[in-house]
Amino acid sequence: MLSFIIYKLLVCVIVFAISLGVAAYSTLWERKFAAFLQDRVGPDRAGPKGILQPLADGGKMFFKEEIIPNVSNRFLFILGPSLFMLTALMTGTVIPWGKDFTTTAGNTYSFQITDINIGVLYLLGVVSIGVYGIMIGGWASNNKYALLGAIRASSQMISYEIAMGISIIALIVTSGGTLSLREIVESQDAGVCNVVWQPLGFLIFFVCALAETNRAPFDLPECEAELVGGYHTEYSSMKLGLFLFAEYINMFISSAIMSAFYFGGYNFPFAQELYNTLGLETGSIWISIIGFGAFFTKIIIFINVFMWIRWTLPRFRYDQLMNLGWRILLPLSLLNLAITVVVEYFRGNIQF
Amino acid sequence: MLGYTITQWLFGVLSFLSIMFGLMVVFSRNPVSSVLYLILTFFCIAGHYLLMNAQFLAIVHIVVYAGAIMVLFLFVIMLMNLNEDQEPQRTWLTKIIAAVAGGLMLVVLVGSLKGSEQLQLQHYGSSQVGLVKNLGMVLFRDFLFPFEIASVLLLAAMVGAIMIGKRDIK
Repeated sequence: MLSFIIYKLLVCVIVFAISLGVAAYSTLWERKFAAFLQDRVGPDRAGPKGILQPLADGGKMFFKEEIIPNVSNRFLFILGPSLFMLTALMTGTVIPWGKDFTTTAGNTYSFQITDINIGVLYLLGVVSIGVYGIMIGGWASNNKYALLGAIRASSQMISYEIAMGISIIALIVTSGGTLSLREIVESQDAGVCNVVWQPLGFLIFFVCALAETNRAPFDLPECEAELVGGYHTEYSSMKLGLFLFAEYINMFISSAIMSAFYFGGYNFPFAQELYNTLGLETGSIWISIIGFGAFFTKIIIFINVFMWIRWTLPRFRYDQLMNLGWRILLPLSLLNLAITVVVEYFRGNIQF
Repeated sequence: MLGYTITQWLFGVLSFLSIMFGLMVVFSRNPVSSVLYLILTFFCIAGHYLLMNAQFLAIVHIVVYAGAIMVLFLFVIMLMNLNEDQEPQRTWLTKIIAAVAGGLMLVVLVGSLKGSEQLQLQHYGSSQVGLVKNLGMVLFRDFLFPFEIASVLLLAAMVGAIMIGKRDIK
């Protein structure tokens, strides 16, 4: 029992550290990527090839002067970024990072903080609560631009949550009617991954994930051409840092969710053949670690796609954003659900 | 601890918190903090659902109420920018009418609570009843007709809201 608690604490700390580490280096990689696309060099002063840039940025954020507007609600002003960061980190708890492994003593441990049977709904719940951080922060700033940014963020997230939810329902129908993330990943173990059966669903989910993370071309809430800085106009120092940092964590987590839902998570082609060649038995920790490596590679690829899109596409206008969400993505996701049910009926996965 | 099980402790703490936050919704002067306390109340109620083994209901409660409906509430209240000096002055008559209406509501609630003692709770199976699969079986097999009626009611309410919300009806 005690070893179980210590192991879970260890997994929590590792997931926390990986989320923060990946987010920190995503900021550097984003700038390098932008520099590459724009034919520049990018940050290269701090350390070799600019490798220490995230540390320098973090240090700068901590030592900057902290300004809290006089007329704002002090408690809510601080609560906003904290809540946003908290919900960003909370989503990492249900993601299965690798296969279970068994020690020589016969205890089984899993590469996951917790596997709850309503994991997908938990994710939706946490994502829907995440918007409060932006709303509370934007309102407590007592600034019209911040309030407009907050309202844009919340309406955008609510609108895209619906299409995302329906595309997830179609995914659940495909992967055998389970809401546990581990079982969704396991269902892609033997056959092909879900994206083959859900190409449209994946596309809808991807667009919605872009909108939910407030990334370009959906970064209307912080649209600097119209709203100064959007919901974080009044924020400075590390509180601004938390808002910006949580966006990168959200990007990391949504990449992880997309790879787990649609691209098989820690499964990869010819995995069993590889394990047989290496002589690894089922339950070996090395299988878990190799699976985690495959999962991580997929996540990195998705993060790169996110960045590629950000530096390629211009920002939407707000009415275009709403039209895309309600008039295109929502009907498409309903159509996708109907097609999925018919296809799964003929595949024999649904019985009436 | 003190002769209570962990479940009873959790129930006590959650009940205390939900009643306290519920009172704060009514007593706080600022409408935005009222809404925020209401969200906390919803979380406490979701905790109660979890204690009753209704995991699905708990998470859907959070997704729908805290995640969607309260965001819209907050949205509207933030846009209206309510201040104390802008609030309409209420006459004594309105206050008396409000008190009577509230009192009647209380009587109805107490009456319904008194009647609930005689109801025998029907148990569907074990602690697994709150799982999505079992809930779906019960809803779509045993109670399909009431479920569909409820969905038609909701649809009618939605269409009605859109019709009222439209500026000009052609």
